[in-house]
Amino acid sequence: MDNKRNKPSETPAAKAAGVRKRRGKWRLKFPLAPFVFLIPWFIGFAIFRAYPILRSFYLSLSHFNLLDAQPRFVGFDNYVRMFTNDILFTASAAATLRFVFLGTPMVLIVAFFIAYILNFKLKGVNLFRTAYYIPSILGGNVAVAILWRQMFRNNGLVNAALGIFGIDPIMWLRSESFAPFVLVLLSAWQFGSTMLIFLAGLQNVSPSLYEAASMDGAKKRQMLFRITIPVISPVLFFNTINVMLRHFQEFNSAFLITEGGPFNATLFMNVYIYQRSFAGLDFGYGSALTWVLLLGIGALTLVLWLTSKFWVHYSD
Amino acid sequence: MSEVNLRTVRKAKINAGIRYFILIVVGLFMAYPLIWMFGSAFKNNFDIFNSVAIFPPAGRGTMDNYPEAWNISRNHNMLFYYMNTLRFLIPRVIFQVISCTLTAYAIARFQFPGKKIVFGLVMLTLLMPDVAFRIPVFFIFRDMNLLDTFASLYVQEMLAVNSFFVFMIIQFMRTIPRDLDEAAAIDGCGPLRILTYILVPVLRPIVITTALLTFMWGSNDFLGPLIYLNSPNNQVLAQALRGLMGDVDTLTNYGAIFAAATIAIVPVLAVFFTCSRYFVQSVTASGGKE
Repeated sequence: MDNKRNKPSETPAAKAAGVRKRRGKWRLKFPLAPFVFLIPWFIGFAIFRAYPILRSFYLSLSHFNLLDAQPRFVGFDNYVRMFTNDILFTASAAATLRFVFLGTPMVLIVAFFIAYILNFKLKGVNLFRTAYYIPSILGGNVAVAILWRQMFRNNGLVNAALGIFGIDPIMWLRSESFAPFVLVLLSAWQFGSTMLIFLAGLQNVSPSLYEAASMDGAKKRQMLFRITIPVISPVLFFNTINVMLRHFQEFNSAFLITEGGPFNATLFMNVYIYQRSFAGLDFGYGSALTWVLLLGIGALTLVLWLTSKFWVHYSD
Repeated sequence: MSEVNLRTVRKAKINAGIRYFILIVVGLFMAYPLIWMFGSAFKNNFDIFNSVAIFPPAGRGTMDNYPEAWNISRNHNMLFYYMNTLRFLIPRVIFQVISCTLTAYAIARFQFPGKKIVFGLVMLTLLMPDVAFRIPVFFIFRDMNLLDTFASLYVQEMLAVNSFFVFMIIQFMRTIPRDLDEAAAIDGCGPLRILTYILVPVLRPIVITTALLTFMWGSNDFLGPLIYLNSPNNQVLAQALRGLMGDVDTLTNYGAIFAAATIAIVPVLAVFFTCSRYFVQSVTASGGKE
């Protein structure tokens, strides 16, 4: 086998030519291999991605309970009902949008701020970085939901802490205005992964940019807004879309901690979809709700993408 | 001149002090809930609420909460739910790694007609939210008789459906020079042996990250088991914990609830700390999702 390797007499140019020839040969040698390796993906894509989308759209145009043998086609009836005769949908859409528009900036700001501080060459950065990351790996774990619910009960940890400063107890989980905020806080608590991505972006900002700016007498704040943020704007864009998507699809915290309440203030779309389809067994209506949520996500993503021309700067 | 220098040094020291102060205060806010939870597992109900203390007052601590938490539901203990969780989690991790690596290998290392379309579809599914598939996949599982089986929680992972990992491995594979696999091909290695003997050892960090993220997300997964598993003997840890959510008003032993939550979280944290070295690196490098 070894005699096929490069002979010592070959010149570098001949070697390069050999490599080129070999690459071609290699491709010819296994023409079927990539298709064989793609078989699982292809089956998965067909059964669990392409087909479900079609089926889901068809379901959204039907009346279909688990008891029905077949979905019954009703056109856009589910959608019409949703927009004309469903106060829970209105409440749910409002709750979801409130959570998205409160939570997304909150997570982004905290994550960027901490990443910005960690980016100064301080000792022990790795320790802090790992510590801050822990809540986000626990993520939607039910144990965290349990903890959060007990912390924010009327006689829980948070009110006890506020009591030290003489602040009266707040009915966190029973108040329409505070309950969504409790879930936003939980979401912000999990800023770790977003922060790591910011940090990676910040570490790629070339120091020469700052040097040049400080020669010109720029202040720290000017550097932040004129250099740092524009240079990492692609990372900011990526994080914004990701964090927004996560907030649109939040389920565990609202389902477990606040149970959609009080007065539907945390009835996020994902929770409402679950209630209508898997608990209420109205899968047609649940599918229609899903499509409205998808359109909402798509619309906001599109807006972000269209405005990105004005604030996202790609270096190449 | 030296006075100016002295001033800048002092200023730098103050700035560093402020930064440490912020980091520590934020870290305290981040860590306190978890530490409070660990401590409260040793308290009686009376000492848990209306107090910010981590540990019970001297002489009032109790060790009874852990045995009580261990017998988490009427019929089963924690170990039972742990084993059930592993019954879907271990196959899920293994299949995820294998199927995503194979798919990424085909796309990153071979030229074939339709490659652009395949890559485009991978990217397209990367952008599609999970919620889009939930209801129809439930019916697909029903038609396949997979409801209430642990297989329902890993069948998709067998089929490289998670584009996020496929994309991550593709990106990583592109950075590995082709010379090695070409030399191996000349020596008569088949494509599968090139993958297992040449590429996988280099891919180790990304493979570990894929396994670890799948493990973490899987152990946090609540909605999947909630929808697909319903008989009492097929419940996983997340579902058992849900039974402990505890009404905000009723009188239960909250110390035991915190003990159960602690038992649930500690293994996840242990796995994370064992592998965090690879983990933080790769998430940072690839711009992770969660």
